[in-house]
Amino acid sequence: MKLAVKLKKQLVLLFFIIFSTLAFASGGTERKDGKDGGQINTKEEVEAYIIHHIKDSHDFSLFSYTDGEGVRKHFGFPLPVIVYTSQGLVTFMSSEFHHNDDGHVIVEKDGLKFAKIHSKIYELDAEASTVSFDADHHPTNAHKVLDFSITKSVVGILFVGLLLLWWFSSLARQYKTKQIPTGFARVLEPLVIYVRDEIARPNIGDKHYRRFTGYLLTVFFFIWVLNLLGLTPLGFNVTGQIAVTACLAIFTLIVYTFSAKKDYWGHVLWMPGIPVFVKPILAIIELAGHFLIKPFSLLVRLFANITAGHVVLMSLIAIMFTLKNELGVVGATGLSFALSFLIILIEVLVAFLQAYIFTMLSALFIGMAVEEHEHH
Amino acid sequence: MYNLIGAGLVVIGGGIGLGQIGGKAVEGIARQPEASGKIQTAMIIVAALLEGLAFGALILGQG
Repeated sequence: MKLAVKLKKQLVLLFFIIFSTLAFASGGTERKDGKDGGQINTKEEVEAYIIHHIKDSHDFSLFSYTDGEGVRKHFGFPLPVIVYTSQGLVTFMSSEFHHNDDGHVIVEKDGLKFAKIHSKIYELDAEASTVSFDADHHPTNAHKVLDFSITKSVVGILFVGLLLLWWFSSLARQYKTKQIPTGFARVLEPLVIYVRDEIARPNIGDKHYRRFTGYLLTVFFFIWVLNLLGLTPLGFNVTGQIAVTACLAIFTLIVYTFSAKKDYWGHVLWMPGIPVFVKPILAIIELAGHFLIKPFSLLVRLFANITAGHVVLMSLIAIMFTLKNELGVVGATGLSFALSFLIILIEVLVAFLQAYIFTMLSALFIGMAVEEHEHH
Repeated sequence: MYNLIGAGLVVIGGGIGLGQIGGKAVEGIARQPEASGKIQTAMIIVAALLEGLAFGALILGQG
């Protein structure tokens, strides 16, 4: 009974969050030609739309459509743009770009002029008033700035961070008063124990595993919840950003580099038990493995898996538009629904599997670094 | 052009390797069902390492 009441409370909170975001959503009147994504009919438009989804963006748009008069309406909310220029930090809201992404809208702020081209913020040179492009579509009179904006991915990261903080602090608090947690915390407890007993302990060893369990738990839940968030219609693609996975891989690199024991470095730099002239060659290979190959394999695997999943899913959804003439509206929609439904089930599995593999390999690398040999 | 062919070759190799891993793991589980948990874990780790190699080739092949 109590559980049901609590669950209801959390559901109400969830709906409140969703609807309050919708309340923030604002319609805008934008480009008259309705060019950016409105009516998708051709393969090129589908491709452009998928690439737009895969990339990070400066505003959070839930959906957009073209109304009867050919005016683009966007539903979503703007996010702050924070850029570091030659004259210090400049901030403004991304709504000032009016959803323009090819540099035609110039925003003037603090005497500087900015344009957004393919989701990148450019600062125009002092005398320029419009962006001019060379043959390769690179701007000639504008340069990139250091971008610290709260983009969509940053919103996703902050959201998941707060969510995890809320879940796990409530779980930790419950252990102070009772033996068995109640409510949602009861779902989290077996997962925590799973990561500890199936991932951390067998790979790191009974002696050292406690020190690293916190890191592994954080990484596991962070990646898993972000992967699942990427499957919701909100359009997040956080773990499909190579910068995010690179950062996670670098964290693992730092952890296993600074926890490595003497034995490990001995094996890396001067491998015992082989002829002397092979030792330096092997040392180079082992060092490359330590600093490059291990983190690279971690970051590329997560990035490529999630990106591939999103591309496949969006391509299957696009069947609705591309095969509309061949199969009819009902046939194309039905085929698209059936295929994307099956793929999204696989993607739920992949979301867990990739979090598991990242954590597992991190534990494996840490275990290799902290292992102590009794004798040689 | 050649980098794409090379990436394709690596992916073919990765596919063969994944098939081998999966097949041998199933064989192992069939012979010794009580060790299925350990075999599965080892299988996933090796499959993940191989997958990383194939994805690395795909990414580098694009450049």
